[in-house]
Amino acid sequence: MFSLKDKKISNEIVSKIKKLDVNLRFMHVCGTHQDTLVKHGLDVLLKDCGVEIGQGPGCPVCVTTPKEIEEIISLSKNGKTIASFGDMINVPGETQSLQNMRTNGYDVRTVYGIEDAVDLAKKNKDKDVVFMAVGFETTAPTTASALLKNPPSNFSILSCHRTIPSALKTIIEMGEIKIDGLIEPGHVSTIIGTKPYDFISKKYNVPQVVAGFEPLDVLMAVWMLVQQIEKGEAFVQNEYTRAVHEKGNLKAQQIINKVFEAEDIKWRGFPVIAGSGLELQNKFEEFDARKKYEDELIDLKNKEFKEPEGCKCGELLRGLLSSRQCPLFGQTCTPSNPVGPCMVSIEGSCNIEYRYAKKR
Amino acid sequence: MCLAIPGKIMEIEKNNEHAIVDYGDGTKRKANVTLIDAKVGDYVLVHAGFAIEVLNEKEAQETLSLFREILSMEEK
Repeated sequence: MFSLKDKKISNEIVSKIKKLDVNLRFMHVCGTHQDTLVKHGLDVLLKDCGVEIGQGPGCPVCVTTPKEIEEIISLSKNGKTIASFGDMINVPGETQSLQNMRTNGYDVRTVYGIEDAVDLAKKNKDKDVVFMAVGFETTAPTTASALLKNPPSNFSILSCHRTIPSALKTIIEMGEIKIDGLIEPGHVSTIIGTKPYDFISKKYNVPQVVAGFEPLDVLMAVWMLVQQIEKGEAFVQNEYTRAVHEKGNLKAQQIINKVFEAEDIKWRGFPVIAGSGLELQNKFEEFDARKKYEDELIDLKNKEFKEPEGCKCGELLRGLLSSRQCPLFGQTCTPSNPVGPCMVSIEGSCNIEYRYAKKR
Repeated sequence: MCLAIPGKIMEIEKNNEHAIVDYGDGTKRKANVTLIDAKVGDYVLVHAGFAIEVLNEKEAQETLSLFREILSMEEK
């Protein structure tokens, strides 16, 4: 496998940034970037060089709303077999989590991907299987692919898919925090390419770099952003050239467009973001759990759901706070007893901070 | 969630839908390869059971020299 290690380059980047005496704040939107930053201590190292990097709304499990969780819990209560990615199972809605449902004897299964969920439906014709389809553009084509292969009639999905560029636009327009540059998510970008980010640099004058996930990828991305700022430029650069093409994965984009259409959707911590959700097109309504089980979900339709009490995940996802600034962090909120999704998901900033805390 | 793991395609099934991917640590798993055009021997990124992109070996091998180039360019 490819190795991307070169101590000399890493040291050179750090010393060059230090010399520039900058005071910058960058945002990334990917849990895997946060993992790289914290695991290798890059966040602390860069902070000492005048570059602060925070995680924005880049954890699909974390931005899923309490309402969507209540929808899947309601379907579970009504006897459906729920198939979900492991991370999602422990996220509490307003009342409880899928894990609580499982403990109480309801049929909740952890799957590695949608194909496992379809297989589950094929092998259990007497069960109605609902897959909780969470994820950004990286995951959406896997859902689309499965739906295009005629899954059995006892299979459906609850689409919670969201798309990244409109969320970036929203966070910049909200103007709550200073964002000098954006590190764009490498794996979302393998699908969408680099073009969908262009308007952000053009309209808001924010430099962007699409980055991979090795420590050196992230350091290099930071250096590229710093260089754009030093030169007074703002455009989209691609650091992750071994995986990301300008146009992205066209096959994956095509199947997303065949199956989904854009919808306005709320993100946890954010208002409704126009066009940032992916709902199933009408021709796939037989696989759309919201339509198939409309009667069972009707009570939830116009209901508002509260965030867990005291939980600061919303502020965290908007980049206003860091995990350690939340009074619940490590006290009443831990990975074994999480209050909010950022502590549940392995991509959530609180979970990452807690996991590597001992190394700090 | 957007975690994708690199692995090498060892074998493609007859239906061209799935391949056996070796992740280099003794783990081999089946992955859906319909989102990409891949052949045996290619390195791919796998996410949620699907290969989402073929890694460009040439670009990967040249990454470090490209980085050195960028760093020296900025000095000029």
